Amino acid sequence: MKGSPRLRALILIAPLLFFLGLFFVWPLITVITQSVSDPAVSRVLPRTADLIGDWDGEGAPSAEIQAAFRADIVGATDDQAVGDVTRRLNSSKSGFRSLMGKTVTAVRENPDVDLAEVDKRWADPAFWKAIQDNASPYTDSFLLAAVDMERDSAGSVVAMKEGTSANFTILMRTLWTSALVMLCCLVIGLPYAMIAASVTGWKRAVLLGAVLLPLWTSLLVRTAAWMIILQDNGIINQVLTGLGITSGPLALIYNRFGVVLAMTHVLLPFMVLPIYSVLITVPGNLMSAAASLGAHPIRAFLRVLLPLSLRGVISGALLVFMTSIGYYITPALLGGAGDQMISSVIAEYATRSANWSMAAAIGLILLVLTLALYAVYNRLSRDPIQAR
Amino acid sequence: MMKYAKAIYATLIVVFLLSPLLVILPLAFTSSAFLTYPIPAFSTRWFEELVINSVWSRAIVNSLIIALATTALATVLGTLAALGLRSQDLGMKSQIRTLFLLPMVVPAVVLGVGMQALFVRLGFNSTYWSVIIAHTVVAMPFVVISVSGALTGIDRRVERAAESLGAPPWKVFSLVTLPLAMPGVLSGGALAFATSLDEVVLTLFVAGPNQRTLARQMFSTLRENISPAIASAAFIIIVGTVVIAAVLMLSRRKKA
Repeated sequence: MKGSPRLRALILIAPLLFFLGLFFVWPLITVITQSVSDPAVSRVLPRTADLIGDWDGEGAPSAEIQAAFRADIVGATDDQAVGDVTRRLNSSKSGFRSLMGKTVTAVRENPDVDLAEVDKRWADPAFWKAIQDNASPYTDSFLLAAVDMERDSAGSVVAMKEGTSANFTILMRTLWTSALVMLCCLVIGLPYAMIAASVTGWKRAVLLGAVLLPLWTSLLVRTAAWMIILQDNGIINQVLTGLGITSGPLALIYNRFGVVLAMTHVLLPFMVLPIYSVLITVPGNLMSAAASLGAHPIRAFLRVLLPLSLRGVISGALLVFMTSIGYYITPALLGGAGDQMISSVIAEYATRSANWSMAAAIGLILLVLTLALYAVYNRLSRDPIQAR
Repeated sequence: MMKYAKAIYATLIVVFLLSPLLVILPLAFTSSAFLTYPIPAFSTRWFEELVINSVWSRAIVNSLIIALATTALATVLGTLAALGLRSQDLGMKSQIRTLFLLPMVVPAVVLGVGMQALFVRLGFNSTYWSVIIAHTVVAMPFVVISVSGALTGIDRRVERAAESLGAPPWKVFSLVTLPLAMPGVLSGGALAFATSLDEVVLTLFVAGPNQRTLARQMFSTLRENISPAIASAAFIIIVGTVVIAAVLMLSRRKKA
């Protein structure tokens, strides 16, 4: 009954490990495989896909490969899947649409027909090349498209034509908006944390409570509240027009201002709390010591308090930035069409256009970015956690 | 001079932090059809709407079912894991701990895409189970953190004393360890419940029309037409959170 303590610990952890392996790690692996998999051609033409890799691209492929291709066509009974393959091949090499239609009919009538006799285009290596290029079940085209790149006909990576895709622009916008939110949180949060750490008693309780209370309230409720405050006939606009400062309502919502303001509000606790927790370990008499030695308050701040709070500042900044690049709800509700962030694009691809590979490819980029930031954050904040 | 500047600054930020909550709560009782001030008259019509309108009442029931199941699952899994993580003999402890906390870090949209793709393939997407499992994944870290915190406060000599007096392991656990860790288990469970109640993004991916939750319903209402029913729903969520927090505080104070 007793067992070794190590075995007991493993048994206690096992259920959660199993659960996370199944429902957390596996979904993320699905995202990775989905972003690089492209089974449309290889699934319908499996035998051809197997063999055509060996073809050197000179002249028509060997009789063996041609036989495999005919066998695949006879075996392909799902017309929709054949249609997908045709579309894919046609986008690599135009003319495939008519060629495939003709060939499928001929081969289904006579499985041993000579392909070059069905259509002389089969003697042209360019058409076989198109099959060879698309035969691999893996592709980097979705990942490239996620940053607005593609492969040209020669196979080298080039930027997409301007105006075809906005993924890269939106990725940059996400990083920029997140940086702005991080900056706002820092500018507001650093002095606030310093004040909170410098006062005691009920004052400190109020200052900390004001940070913690929003943190405990639903994100959705807070976003809804900002919509109410910022809308055209919301409180701010009512006051402004009522006092005659503006003649009509200011546009405060469905634009970048609304997104940054609400996200700053939502993420401010993540900036204040790490800075605060570093600052309360700083002895309170350091500033007065600096002052008694003749340092100007500003100089004392820059040379004493700021360096000491730096680790909290960096932790908080990373935490805010990392959280905000993956934000979905707040930009979706408070932003206009031009303020959507990368998460909205992913959701759009997945739910509206059912383009899972694109959703997964952009998702993978976001995932890698987030995990890299988290690794840095984890490294920075590890020591105090272990000390606890 | 500096002192006043500090006081004014701190007050301004406190107002900034709290104003959204103070603004939305009174609107739950508006008689108007719009979410604007001034409130013409006091009314409970929007609370009635939540009960009468089957879309909202169904969403509330769904949220309760899913949040309760999530809380149970996350609390059991998280508490067991936190107990296991306490062992000194476990290898790769910090890696395992990081894995347990990662669901809080991974962007919900990415996780949602992966979960939907996988759950569709496994054939149980758009069921209560898919939503409960998704919510449990993101709610569980809160339980692990909070129970681990409570466990580090336990003096291991108390457990050793029970063992040396001949108590079998399960008795040590149920009579000594668990009662001492209970505040952590309770607050972890409360956080898991709140997380599930507020979860929108994963729900968008893994829930079908029959599993529409309150948060999901609020999200789509906010997108389409802002109705005061939102404020009433928000009122319920805020009051619910405060009540849970108060109960926890009281139960903790009694112990201490």
